[in-house]
Amino acid sequence: MTTMKAEQPVVAVPMTIAVTAREESVVSARSEPRLRSEGLGVAYGPKVAVRDVSIDVADRSVAAIIGPSGSGKSTVLRCFNRMNDLIPTARVSGSVMLDGEELNDPQLNVVELRRRVGLVFQKPNPFPMTIYENVAYGPRRLGIKDHKRLDEIVEQSLRQAAIWDEVKDAWKTQPGTALSGGQQQRMCIARVLATKPEVILMDEPCSALDPISTLQIEELMRGLAKEFTIVIVTHNMQQAARVSDETIFMSVDEQRAGYVVEIGRTAGIFTNPGNKLTEDYITGRFG
Amino acid sequence: MRRTLLADRVATAVMWGIAGLTVLLLTAFILRIVWSAAGVLSLDFLVSDPKFLALGGIGPLIWNSFYMLLLTLLITGPLGIAAGIYMAEYAEENRWTNAIRFAQETISSVPSIVVGLFGLIAFVNLTHWGFTALGGALALSVFNLPLLARLTEQAFRAVPADERSGSLALGATKWQTIRNVVLPLAIPGIVTGLILTSGRIFGEAAALLFTAGLATPTHYHFENLNIFDPRSPWSPFRPATTLSVYIWKTNSEGLGPDVAAIGNGSAAVLLLTVLLFNVGARGLGGLLQRGMKIR
Repeated sequence: MTTMKAEQPVVAVPMTIAVTAREESVVSARSEPRLRSEGLGVAYGPKVAVRDVSIDVADRSVAAIIGPSGSGKSTVLRCFNRMNDLIPTARVSGSVMLDGEELNDPQLNVVELRRRVGLVFQKPNPFPMTIYENVAYGPRRLGIKDHKRLDEIVEQSLRQAAIWDEVKDAWKTQPGTALSGGQQQRMCIARVLATKPEVILMDEPCSALDPISTLQIEELMRGLAKEFTIVIVTHNMQQAARVSDETIFMSVDEQRAGYVVEIGRTAGIFTNPGNKLTEDYITGRFG
Repeated sequence: MRRTLLADRVATAVMWGIAGLTVLLLTAFILRIVWSAAGVLSLDFLVSDPKFLALGGIGPLIWNSFYMLLLTLLITGPLGIAAGIYMAEYAEENRWTNAIRFAQETISSVPSIVVGLFGLIAFVNLTHWGFTALGGALALSVFNLPLLARLTEQAFRAVPADERSGSLALGATKWQTIRNVVLPLAIPGIVTGLILTSGRIFGEAAALLFTAGLATPTHYHFENLNIFDPRSPWSPFRPATTLSVYIWKTNSEGLGPDVAAIGNGSAAVLLLTVLLFNVGARGLGGLLQRGMKIR
């Protein structure tokens, strides 16, 4: 007995340590956010557009930003790939991080960042080229010239964006602008996928689309979330409820600056909002 | 309800009327010019040399008109388009750039006789070149360069912002975006700008009177390819009377018995050439755009 008692801990202790260590690493990998903003603020000239936005987005999940018009949802979204740089009066403060790397660093290579963090626009914006050239646009800018490789990337991206079957007969000849609105948007998603991004931002991607196309895009988003981290801005609360894992609710304060009211698991926010404002918004009392 | 419907019909009818009248006037004008020239126009008239006191041709003058057009476009095309791209894509919005735009618009609407007199001082006397095709082309550039720059800028600004940011969001650089997305979309606007400036260059007389000269060319030796020889029709350093200047000249100081015939014939040729040129340039613009779109 005594020998066994003495022996047991010797065996058990390292096992316990090993198990805990593995569990911890699993837990930390899941909880370490892919994208994070801390005290993020954006001002256009003297006007503060959003203030003090601190959000985390987990790896391979869908985060939805909802809120009334003017609450700065798109402004926040565009901080994740520095699209606010294009507005000369925009000033961004605070911190935005991708995998722990500061994105507001003025030394950061923005061109490379935008390949890692793709953006799908509100209105489909096909380039005046064939479907093929639209999707090959990103890879070509990277200097990929080999036709076989481009063909592979384009086909794979179109398949991933669930539009391959509809365009495979004319993908090299038909202009992207000749597609329907929903098809154009899926082509634009394929275009983003072709740059092999880690994060995909979507700025109200379905607001210009019919209900069937909207459902197709939502389905596509759920599929993509298995591989990519997605942040979507939407006006449509049902959409947020259907596609997202986390919901970030933003509103406008008295100075007309946007701020985050509440963040939580989507199921929680929609069934049991913690804030009166959130409840009013999702029940349609304002916004 | 009745009243608004009636007003709508009246407005439509008035617009139709005005448009119809314009088209009618234009057609009558073109027909009149072509009709007057009917007896004169022939292949011989187009290619042969002018003659003193007899019905000569206008070959060298047509040559000079095209030569002047090409020479001016060589100067204004690259510079004007580049300046337009700079103003649309790179220049900051401030008082300085607004002043530049104002100056561009003002210079491009200065009466061409003023530009001609300026050219006389700047490109004829100060340079000691005398009357030359190059001097004429430079004078034409004075008002066509800002015009083309302005039109190019407008063509670039008309490209939707979404296309531009779409390209940038894919990790394209600014230049890649301009080259691959914005330029193809701006091509029709640039071509329109080129047509407009070309039309002005081709039809311009006043700016050329004192810069490219009024001398009626006798016979051109096209086999002389030395562009530095003032006797060669290829040389920019020779006087070059264009068709429009010739029309003005024959009608104001011509002495021959067939002055009117030559004037009418030249006018018809000028008109038809500009017309053909516009149609051709539009076709070219379409081809260019297609070539850039689907690579």
